[in-house]
Amino acid sequence: MTLQTRIDSDKCTGCEACLPVCPFNALEMKEGKASVNDQCTLCGACADECPVEAIFVPVLEKGEGSEEYSGVMIFAEQRLGKISEVAYELLHKGRELADTLKVSLSAALLGKDVSASANRLIENGADRVYVVDHPSLEGFTDELYGECLTRIIRTSRPEIVLAGATSIGRSFIPKVATQIGTGLTADCTDLSIDTEQRLLLQTRPAFGGNIMATIVCPQKRPQMATVRAKVMKKGVVQPGRSGEIIPLEIDWAEMSPKSRLLEIVEEITEKVRLAEADVIVTGGRGLQEEKHFALIRELAEQLDAAVGASRGAVDAGWISYAHQVGQTGKTVAPKLYIAVGVSGAVQHLVGMQSSDTIVAINSDPHAPIFDVASYGMVGDLFEIVPEMIKQLKARMGNN
Amino acid sequence: MHIIVCIKQVPDTKQVRLDEKTHTLIREGVESIINPYDMYALEEGLRIKDRFGGKVTVCTMGPPQAESSLREAISYGADEAVLLSDRAFAGADTWATSYTLAKGIEKIGPFDLILCGKQAVDGDTAQVGPGIAERLAIPYVTWVRKIEEIGDGLIRVQRLMDDGYDRLETTLPALLTVVKEINEPRVPSLKGKMRAKSQKIGVYGTKELEADPERVGLQGSATQVIKVFPPPRLKEREWIEGTPVEQVGQLLGKLTKLKLII
Ligand SMILES: Cc1cc2nc3c(=O)[nH]c(=O)nc-3n(C[C@H](O)[C@H](O)[C@H](O)COP(=O)(O)OP(=O)(O)OC[C@H]3O[C@@H](n4cnc5c(N)ncnc54)[C@H](O)[C@@H]3O)c2cc1C
Ligand SMILES: Nc1ncnc2c1ncn2[C@@H]1O[C@H](COP(=O)(O)O)[C@@H](O)[C@H]1O
Repeated sequence: MTLQTRIDSDKCTGCEACLPVCPFNALEMKEGKASVNDQCTLCGACADECPVEAIFVPVLEKGEGSEEYSGVMIFAEQRLGKISEVAYELLHKGRELADTLKVSLSAALLGKDVSASANRLIENGADRVYVVDHPSLEGFTDELYGECLTRIIRTSRPEIVLAGATSIGRSFIPKVATQIGTGLTADCTDLSIDTEQRLLLQTRPAFGGNIMATIVCPQKRPQMATVRAKVMKKGVVQPGRSGEIIPLEIDWAEMSPKSRLLEIVEEITEKVRLAEADVIVTGGRGLQEEKHFALIRELAEQLDAAVGASRGAVDAGWISYAHQVGQTGKTVAPKLYIAVGVSGAVQHLVGMQSSDTIVAINSDPHAPIFDVASYGMVGDLFEIVPEMIKQLKARMGNN
Repeated sequence: MHIIVCIKQVPDTKQVRLDEKTHTLIREGVESIINPYDMYALEEGLRIKDRFGGKVTVCTMGPPQAESSLREAISYGADEAVLLSDRAFAGADTWATSYTLAKGIEKIGPFDLILCGKQAVDGDTAQVGPGIAERLAIPYVTWVRKIEEIGDGLIRVQRLMDDGYDRLETTLPALLTVVKEINEPRVPSLKGKMRAKSQKIGVYGTKELEADPERVGLQGSATQVIKVFPPPRLKEREWIEGTPVEQVGQLLGKLTKLKLII
């Protein structure tokens, strides 16, 4: 193997400082010296730690032909004809990346009767919008969406492609990346450019949020990533901003899709949807009984908030799975997240810790939810929550 | 029906913690488990076999010790197991992993359905399932929460979406990735446990799979991890103390100042 971390055994003092920092268990002691096994991913954590600079991690070189790719492209997701918020977040981030690289920003828009929305993408920062507008794209299928986006990428050759890490993005972008034959980084929470190497630095949580990893795609183009919703901020709309709209014709007759969408069922259980809410009130097992979940609903109503739940509450059958926040539920990042009677298991935290302001109410001062909280309130939720509802109602009365 | 279930052996992330002082992963005593979502995939495969007959083959790519997860799957009722293992497979990203698994599946032979978990809890990428399907040129549906019907070379499923669910139909053979709602996994049977001990498990490497050595493992990976670090502590925490009435009063005051409430 050409790519390998090397340890200079003359320099290595056998101090073992590198062993615990390796996230992949790739270092072992052999005859008093550190040695690398094949779990190594070249992450470089060991080299940073080594006090005597005995560890060398190879620098990755760029692949051939990468100059032929230029520009940043975002996938502008829509559902039922409405452009998703994440598309605007990606446009803002994409603009920033494109400006750093001094290239243009384009958007890919797929759907039925969506052409009219293309201008909104331009007003939000796109220089060019590729549109495929066709009845068969009304609902989402991996095959047709994948086919269309692959063609757009093959014709326009962007160096970076970003899509939302949503149910749709995470489903069909892997197909596109495989078709094109390039790498893909899932669910990124931070993106920046290494200007020296002209590489996209893609940062994402792994191991259930216990570690963060920065990933690059050095040899293949485009560099592709799905990006977590609500983490990137939206930009300001620039009415009248000009750009180019490029409709794309697809030969639908030659497509013979193997899968067919039969029905789209929307299940909006509450007024406000979790993914789009600015405020979320979440209840956990601390509520003790199903009927007490009414407290969460009432507080949410006062705050015009969506209702979330821990898996503990969902498994107890107090509320439907659609409300679950966390690793196996939804990932949310509202402006305000209020966790009531939630212990803050790591699987819950990964789904909500990027919220702007987090309020935790828990009777146990050692509950891990307090580790991510902006405001911690130790106390009995059955006293605090009714008081909150009371005071909020009183304010409403005064207004 | 021949159903292939892709399972991955992962560290139990519930137990993976970061050392507050050294900012490193504490690995002592962390067990290896079958990726929880893959247990739902396995259960669904077994249910289809119970209904239509046929067999379930479990397949994993991993180090030699991943064999224990395959034996565990047999104890639940899987009929056959295949381990894709080779030093050259190490360090694979999802691109190289799906290539290797697709090669393994071609080696296993004709199938009607491939089942994967929604994602693996170590990497959390959810990219391997679609990647395998694309390489095998078969259709796939992600986030399947229910299989409604199978018959006449077609499968009808429900796919969980952000705001509800979609109903889809696709031709077989196909690949599905499943979410937790799809079923409640069974417990292993005594007979299964006995068989798990004695069952022969095929092990294939690059050569046996006739795989391109340039496309497997770290060498075949398009992406590279260049840095790993602890998640940043978001912001300083402030405790709000006093009687419940005082606590609430203070909190609402602060939230109003931040313009989070009116
Ligand atoms: C693979 C996997 C995936 C998972 N995915 C998720 C996920 O997506 N989302 C998720 O949430 N969990 C998930 N979990 C489960 C997670 O590990 C926890 O079990 C779950 O989050 C606990 O829910 P809880 O905090 O409501 O309950 P508990 O852990 O029981 O916590 C209840 C809390 O309420 C407090 N409390 C009790 N009474 C009062 C009172 N009167 N006033 C104030 N506080 C009180 C207690 O101090 C305690 O901290 C997952 C687990 C696994 C293994
Ligand atoms: N090494 C592997 N061996 C077998 N199956 C795997 C492997 N990696 C991933 N999978 C399958 O692909 C799914 C998604 O994994 P991931 O893309 O890593 O999140 C898992 O739930 C498994 O079903």
